Amino acid sequence: MNVHPSPLEAQFAFDAVGAESHDVAHHASSTAPLGFWIYLMSDCILFASIFAGFAVLRGNFAGGPTGLDLFNLPYVAVETACLLVSSLTYGLAMIAMERNDRRQVFAWMGVTFFLGLCFLGMEIHEFSELVARGAGPDRSAFLSAFFTLVATHGLHVTAGLIWMGTMFVHLWRRGLSAGNRTGLICLSLFWHFLDIIWIGVFSIVYLMGVG
Amino acid sequence: MNVEAPGSRSARARISGAAIHPGHGHHGEASHGSVRSYLTGFALSVVLTAIPFVLVMTHALPAQSVVPTIIGLGLVQIIVHLIYFLHMNGSSSQVWNNAAFVFTLVVVGILVCGSLWIMYHLNVNMMPGMMPGGQ
Amino acid sequence: MSAVPESFLFGKLTLDAVPWHEPIIMTAVAGMVLAAVTVLGLVTYFRLWKTLWNEWLTTVDHKRIGVMYIILAMVMLLRGFADALMMRTQQALASTGGPGYLPPQHFDQIFTAHGVIMIFFMAMPFVVGLMNIVMPLQIGARDVAFPYLNSVSFWLTVAGAVLVNISLAVGEFAHTGWLAYPPLSELHYSSGVGVDYYIWALQISGLGTLLSGVNLITTILTMRAPGMTMMRMPIFTWTTLCANMLIVAAFPILTVTLAMLGLDRYLGMHFFTNSDGGNAMMYVNLIWAWGHPEVYILILPAFGIYSEVISTFSSKRLFGYTSMVYATVCITVLSFVVWLHHFFTMGSGANVNAFFGITTMVISIPTGVKIFNWLFTMYRGRVRLEVPVLWTLGFIVTFVIGGMTGVLMAVPPADFVLHNSLFLIAHFHNAIIGGVVFGCMAGLNYWFPKAFGFKLDPRLGKVSFWCWLVGFYIAFMPLYALGLMGMTRRLDHVNNPVWHVYLVVAMVGAVLIFCGIIAQIAQIVVSIINRDQLRDVTGDPWDGRTLEWATSSPPPFYNFARIPHVESVDAFWEMKRAGRASAPLPSYQRIHMPRNTGTGVILGGLSVVLGFALVWHIWWLAALGFTAMVALAIIHSFDEDRDYYVPPSEVARIEGSYFEQLTAENQNERPSLAA
Repeated sequence: MNVHPSPLEAQFAFDAVGAESHDVAHHASSTAPLGFWIYLMSDCILFASIFAGFAVLRGNFAGGPTGLDLFNLPYVAVETACLLVSSLTYGLAMIAMERNDRRQVFAWMGVTFFLGLCFLGMEIHEFSELVARGAGPDRSAFLSAFFTLVATHGLHVTAGLIWMGTMFVHLWRRGLSAGNRTGLICLSLFWHFLDIIWIGVFSIVYLMGVG
Repeated sequence: MNVEAPGSRSARARISGAAIHPGHGHHGEASHGSVRSYLTGFALSVVLTAIPFVLVMTHALPAQSVVPTIIGLGLVQIIVHLIYFLHMNGSSSQVWNNAAFVFTLVVVGILVCGSLWIMYHLNVNMMPGMMPGGQ
Repeated sequence: MSAVPESFLFGKLTLDAVPWHEPIIMTAVAGMVLAAVTVLGLVTYFRLWKTLWNEWLTTVDHKRIGVMYIILAMVMLLRGFADALMMRTQQALASTGGPGYLPPQHFDQIFTAHGVIMIFFMAMPFVVGLMNIVMPLQIGARDVAFPYLNSVSFWLTVAGAVLVNISLAVGEFAHTGWLAYPPLSELHYSSGVGVDYYIWALQISGLGTLLSGVNLITTILTMRAPGMTMMRMPIFTWTTLCANMLIVAAFPILTVTLAMLGLDRYLGMHFFTNSDGGNAMMYVNLIWAWGHPEVYILILPAFGIYSEVISTFSSKRLFGYTSMVYATVCITVLSFVVWLHHFFTMGSGANVNAFFGITTMVISIPTGVKIFNWLFTMYRGRVRLEVPVLWTLGFIVTFVIGGMTGVLMAVPPADFVLHNSLFLIAHFHNAIIGGVVFGCMAGLNYWFPKAFGFKLDPRLGKVSFWCWLVGFYIAFMPLYALGLMGMTRRLDHVNNPVWHVYLVVAMVGAVLIFCGIIAQIAQIVVSIINRDQLRDVTGDPWDGRTLEWATSSPPPFYNFARIPHVESVDAFWEMKRAGRASAPLPSYQRIHMPRNTGTGVILGGLSVVLGFALVWHIWWLAALGFTAMVALAIIHSFDEDRDYYVPPSEVARIEGSYFEQLTAENQNERPSLAA
């Protein structure tokens, strides 16, 4: 506003700064993470519903195998390690982003991607073993709930990997632009959130299933 | 380009204040942590994962205290992740994140506890022969 | 339905899937196809395809998306109401021993479709549409937080509605009732595609609703005009916030429940089956954990509409604004702790039933607070009996009756008598028609001039209101009586001359409501024809109090040339009183706006393909559709040309023509806009 403030305008009580900061596209850096956080909350309730289903059905073996028969805790511990370390490496990627170091971002994201892939491969392997042993999701209500819960987490990890793959291309094309930073922040929320869900999974499904 | 140690507080403050977001209204974005905070969180997390795994695998605990221990340690670990990895804190920029989180916790609590309570009573009253362990 | 061998190319789909031998269905299908062809023909004839695509189908403007939501709701209202009329006539005809004209398997699909359509594709889009149009204007924003996501949400909702309507012509719809309880909805008892249509229609539209909820919450939390603290937000914005919190918290539960049912049906799992450890009661528990909040998702925004209407047309500040906000928040939280009252009779025992009975009664307290606030707002106000006020008055009386019958059924022993009876049907129609539908109609009449620039014809509006109100009582009061006499819901025929009389009366009531709907449509048509006489050039036709009236009608696509500064609850009212409203600015700044995108509508189209392929087990097509959707979403993320600046000269031109209009109007007629 270059004109002299007229009395009318002074009266008007319109806030030019406010107007600018409330522009539709200008607030992406703060709005998108909040919106994504709210989406994550809904995802949290999605998992809570599946956990509730699992908790109700976890004893309904219908004469089939139980968790004690099926679960291999050392294997699960390695899966857990993959996810835990990947949370750390993603965090290091975020720090590299703050330092504006694109090469390090690529490197740590690459490690994260690899660990996610390892986790997913291990999970697929576990599932195929179970199905081969006749303990597929159609064997009992317990196994239906088990497969659904763990696979839903696995599908989220898959989505995270696809997103990460897309992010690589974005970073390669445009570097650490404001839009890509927002994307990386949201993806980090997603990735750490999946780790938290996995804490619930290994505690309630595997450890309580065996212990 | 910044040459200070990456983890130092002043470096972070300078970066998030100005250099990185030219021309963008940057509304006090939460900090993304330091190497040290990530490592602390990771170490805590490893310990909190290892304890229940070891306890279950070695059968070190009496049967009735296994479940509460696992759940307790799991909850602590979730809090550790929230603080060190998701950077939740009480700062004013996170008011809405925290409010949404608390609301979600309430709903999750109601949903899980309520479902278990209801289904337990339904099972007891309506399907006495089909209770877990009753077959 | 015998098991059809599946082919690779078409899955379970064969030409026999079309119900050629059912004259009623085929007539309905012919009508729908004819209507669609007519619309497409008219669009082609008037060469509107380009306009339609550029201005509507690809729009990210919250006002246009809202309008399209409401058009969807109106169309689906006709479809759902046709089902209602068929049920009422069937029961009237088949209550003295005759078979009526609807075979049982068709009657079952009709009551299922009626419930599903009215809740998911009539009430939800209507409410979401109003929230979309009004809320950003009320908070002084230029659009929602994620405009592109808004378009995606809308088209996913449309996709769900399209799937439900396809089921009429290809295959069948569920026979199970609107919540598809297992084990009836399991493959063993419902081997046809009806339940699959149900599942995928609700999953796809549910995803749209969820995303819209995230979007609107973020909008309210981050995009309010400067000075608009939480306790200065208009009540409709508050109820929008709370309703969307409920959406975000409740819809994932529905997604999970339906996914589990789908896994049972598609992969042979055992969540809710009778065998192998499944537990059907878990489905009922989970679906009502979504279902009860859903009721409040619909009614809270309606409460917000009544609050705005009452305060505007009483020319008074809303009585007890703060208590209204707290009541809304209380209802939001409490709505999550009452769900068991939908299945008292399932047998969870005295402790559990008592707990949920009491919480249900407690939730009527904040609702009662609201009723008194509305009454006290009118008290000693100058109430103008415009059409929106009539709907509001009709609501207050009707909803109180509905609420009281609800409290009655919250007493578990009483519920054991009334469960699944027509008393229940009368109760929830009393609450949903008297609460949600009346609210939508009030909102439609109230905000129509804002959205289109001219008022709706008040005479036909009154005809519509009286037909609905009287029709409602004639249609549903007999059902209360029938319920007390022991008639259960969903009966396709009975033999009881005593009940017959009541059912005939109820049918007459339904016909009267139908007249109300016709009057509603006539009202819109007549108003479009007479739009010049009904024109609102001021932008403030009702002497409004909140910010949506501070801009022209219809608002420019950027809503506000300069974002207003808010100093009190009734922001625009204060601006008018201080003489600060409606004056041109000396200069304008450029405005940052999002660009239109076709991604949303294409994603919606692909999701129809995906849903249809999944229903008919056409796996290759499902894989293709899903891959295409993911690929499109990723490609869209590479689109860097998403926004643009409106130059100040353009803003000045648009604002200038509005103020010219305004000045002309002021010279012609009234002395001023200010109170």
